[in-house]
Amino acid sequence: MTPLPSTFSAAARVLRRDLTLAVRRAGDWLQPVAFFVIVLLLFPLALDPEPARLRLLAPAALWIAVLLSSVLATDFLFREDGRDGTLELFAVSGQSFAGLLFAKTAAHWLLTGLPLALVSPLAALSFGAPAAALPGVLAAVLLGSLSLSLLGAVGAGLTLGLRRAGALLSLLVLPLAIPTLIFGARATALAIGGEDASAALYLLGALAVFGLTLAPLAAAAAVRISLE
Amino acid sequence: MPDLSIQHLHVWRGERHVLRDLSLVLPAGQALQLLWANGVGKTSLLRTLAGFLHAEAGEVRWDGRGLRDDGSTWHRDIAWLGHELALKGDLTPLENLAFAVGLRRRVTTPTLAAALTGAGLHPAFHGEATRHLSAGQQRRVALARLALWDARLWLLDEPASNLDAAGQRFVAEVVAAHLRGGGSAIIATHQPLALEGVPHRLSTSVADLA
Repeated sequence: MTPLPSTFSAAARVLRRDLTLAVRRAGDWLQPVAFFVIVLLLFPLALDPEPARLRLLAPAALWIAVLLSSVLATDFLFREDGRDGTLELFAVSGQSFAGLLFAKTAAHWLLTGLPLALVSPLAALSFGAPAAALPGVLAAVLLGSLSLSLLGAVGAGLTLGLRRAGALLSLLVLPLAIPTLIFGARATALAIGGEDASAALYLLGALAVFGLTLAPLAAAAAVRISLE
Repeated sequence: MPDLSIQHLHVWRGERHVLRDLSLVLPAGQALQLLWANGVGKTSLLRTLAGFLHAEAGEVRWDGRGLRDDGSTWHRDIAWLGHELALKGDLTPLENLAFAVGLRRRVTTPTLAAALTGAGLHPAFHGEATRHLSAGQQRRVALARLALWDARLWLLDEPASNLDAAGQRFVAEVVAAHLRGGGSAIIATHQPLALEGVPHRLSTSVADLA
């Protein structure tokens, strides 16, 4: 028998395939970003658009929009691969199942979390945040969206194959995302207020490392249950 | 070459006891075609062997090793073709094949193209989006993957569905070539494959296996 390619090479193949598919179906991954922008546009319309008030509301509005957009995007993380038999193919490939699902999660973050992070400084600017706050906002959403993608992978695995999985996924993931929401909003508020946001960013980083360590294994176990 | 041995297997699906005390031995180089009636547990047996379903009791041994003790070696040795073909409609047949086979082994594009052509997919379709192919053509892409997957035990669930007569002959030829190379296969099907000249068994009910 020929030697099995390394897990890294197999995972890179999964990542490349998901990015290729995303390029061919741009509508799928643009949806969460469009949703994010629209939610943020609604805030000034619903509230008194006074700049000082908007600046005060910016961290909460930004993070609620990040959270909802992430959950919306997570819904289709494993769904199609579950339906078309790709996850079964992964499971019998002889490769690390967790490694292949981690590659899918990484592709998902590159296609949804990263665009949200890149749009966030512009959103913060539109809420009256000073330019000096933008690196802090970007770092907070980068780290927070990574945690949310990892957490979402576990939720997507658990709800794979269920009817009305979207609602259940939200109920599962949103409570677990509260620490990310708290530290993310805090880091953003400190950055906008011109204060040192590093403590909150470190905590967001710790959550991301925790997610990177455990979420791929938990997601693999959850998807295996769903394959039964 | 390894043998597959299943002893006293019990599998439940929800409240239903689908496989009850099933035992069988499949020597290397042989195929077992399961022609059981609908709902008797053909797919459940295949899914249990593929590791998707958990067996409540019993033992599956491959090459002398227990499936539960050495799952990674087991998966390295099996190929799976289920009802769903694991193909992406937005990728071409060549891209789909390169991706799937690439998880198992390094393979060149000419080899992939030759496998697709050998499976009966005309080269004009190799670069088309897979969603534009007929169900039978898509199945041929999945069969090309099977032939390149480099596994000793094939688990096939209705491998010839959606195929015309030539396609069904092709499936039989691919399986026969695999058996001649020392491989084994368990095939759930309603239309037995014409596996002439190679050792194979037909099972029309679970009782046949005893």
